[in-house]
Amino acid sequence: MALANPKQDATEARIAGLALPQGGCLQTARREALARLREMGLPQRRDEYWKYTRPDTLTQPVAMPAAVFEVEEEPVFNDLDRLKVVFVDGVYDADASDDLEVEGVQIDRIADICGQDIHWAKDLYGVLEAKGQNPVERPLAALNTAFAQDGVAIHVQGQVSKPISLIYIHESETSDAILHHVVRVEPGAEATILENGPAAARFNKVMEIDIADGGKLHHVRAQGRDHERRAATHMFARLGAESVFKSFTLTANGVLTRNEVVVELTGDDAVAHVAGACVGDGDFLHDDTVFITHDAVNCESRQVFKKVLRNGATGVFQGKILVQPGAQKTDGYQISQSLLLDDDSQFLAKPELEIYADDVACSHGSTSGAIDETGMFYLRSRGIPEAEATDLLTLAFLAEAVEEIEDEAIAADILSRLESWLTRRR
Amino acid sequence: MLEINNLHVKLEEEDKQILKGVDLTVEPGTVHAIMGPNGSGKSTLSYVLSGRDGYEVTEGSATLDGDDLLDLDPEERAAAGLFLAFQYPVEIPGVGNMTFLRTAVNAQRKARGEEEMSAADFLKLVRERAKSLKINADMLKRPVNVGFSGGEKKRNEILQMAMLEPKMCILDETDSGLDVDAMKLVAEGVNALRDEGRGFLVITHYQRLLDHIKPDVVHIMSDGRIIKSGGPELALEVENNGYADILAEVQ
Repeated sequence: MALANPKQDATEARIAGLALPQGGCLQTARREALARLREMGLPQRRDEYWKYTRPDTLTQPVAMPAAVFEVEEEPVFNDLDRLKVVFVDGVYDADASDDLEVEGVQIDRIADICGQDIHWAKDLYGVLEAKGQNPVERPLAALNTAFAQDGVAIHVQGQVSKPISLIYIHESETSDAILHHVVRVEPGAEATILENGPAAARFNKVMEIDIADGGKLHHVRAQGRDHERRAATHMFARLGAESVFKSFTLTANGVLTRNEVVVELTGDDAVAHVAGACVGDGDFLHDDTVFITHDAVNCESRQVFKKVLRNGATGVFQGKILVQPGAQKTDGYQISQSLLLDDDSQFLAKPELEIYADDVACSHGSTSGAIDETGMFYLRSRGIPEAEATDLLTLAFLAEAVEEIEDEAIAADILSRLESWLTRRR
Repeated sequence: MLEINNLHVKLEEEDKQILKGVDLTVEPGTVHAIMGPNGSGKSTLSYVLSGRDGYEVTEGSATLDGDDLLDLDPEERAAAGLFLAFQYPVEIPGVGNMTFLRTAVNAQRKARGEEEMSAADFLKLVRERAKSLKINADMLKRPVNVGFSGGEKKRNEILQMAMLEPKMCILDETDSGLDVDAMKLVAEGVNALRDEGRGFLVITHYQRLLDHIKPDVVHIMSDGRIIKSGGPELALEVENNGYADILAEVQ
């Protein structure tokens, strides 16, 4: 009789509830991902990489239900001219989506790419995810590659005139969605991808991003406000020479969010900025786990993460910059900060630098603090009431992260969400 | 307008009495100066009046047009018409100077039950007032006091005063850290606001600020009390002979 292996048992229990989509050109990639998953096993609490965030509700066979939150205000990005790609509980909704024809980009559903003899996405699906498993295992991403129900392949071939807006609607209280997107940006091409919405009661999403030389990708997402939703997301990005990848995430509410970002700078002079602002209240855990590898000369990376926590909310940041031998003239910057609005909230940070080149500039900083009393008195002495002064100082704290968004209209939209969150929660 | 009676204040954290019975009345339209050696309690007086934490009033009162200041929150005192120009203006990264000014102006209006100022009216007014203080558009856009020179910070205090139009202005060592030209500019800003309805309390170490902002009454403060009051000549006496003579005389 085999010895009991709780990790293996938990993994098999989860797999048992899922069906590997049959047939199609992604079959091999899916089977390999499943093998990777079985090899690693799903994360458990004692795993080092999950020290601060309990993974059990993300890995258990059946998702915990989550009520659909009635949002009164207009959804984020609503005023932007954009190409809408809508998913309801993790399934593409053609009726709600725009016609996917926009100049400079081709968008296909993952399910449809096998119908074409040659499709670039066949060579990307699962590839960056598999590569991203080293040196740190990311089993939930392997599970995603194996079992993803839907997703899109976005092929950016020129200057895309409007943002591609992925909208994730949550309708069923028990939905458990797995989405997998692949994105390829051709040399010199440029696009903006937006994501918003709670997606499901439990959401597992992977986005693999391959940016060729001189390509640019802007990514802004606002994760849905449903209080009880859970999400584990991964972005795997590979950057060619002189390419640019800028990503910003806003998280307000959600009981559990783990956002992992894995970036590899493989071509010289590439730029990667990853930023996030999160505001959390009460039973809320938000985890940003970032791993940036510099493997080329003169690349720049920035990580800017700001968290506002109160009423017992928890923030987690695990961020690493790895500078490979030969990656000279690396400019790496990492900052993670939390504003704790009361004594019950906590911020757990693990900043890491690992450097194997001798001509690099890397800095990191991590702080936790309360509202600055001196600043508070100054504002109040000018007649600004305490609650309003708190909002002002809180927004000021978040500003450095929001400023990472290049597009002014998008940044203003995000900022207004933060403002209304603060006003609502006074 | 400002009435301070027998004000006794100690530090909240330690048992240390700072003010030991301050009496002072500032009438509308007058400028009062308070001078005194280091540690005499001048800045404490300004902080206590504006409502900063960390002090405990053990005796006495302070009213502004009959309102009990000590009973109000700092923002309520401001809305009631009290303004403190800080000795060390606070840097607030991330909050634009313009946003700050507009939030403050409208918060005070709201507290007084007045209509908020429109964005256009506000912009017009702030540009006009900033110009006379030689505050450029860049300084208005930048975060509050961040990266400002000593002179710019003090001018920014006066701009806030000009926008908020308080009844009672307290200037806490506004001359500290300023060169002669910067001091003149600040003094001009203050003088432009002098009118019959407004009172000023100017706290300073040196007579030179009072060359530019001419006081009606000068008080000498020492060891938590006002020990002597007089006309502008009292400031000159301090400038020439220091505090020693006055202290000896009073004792």
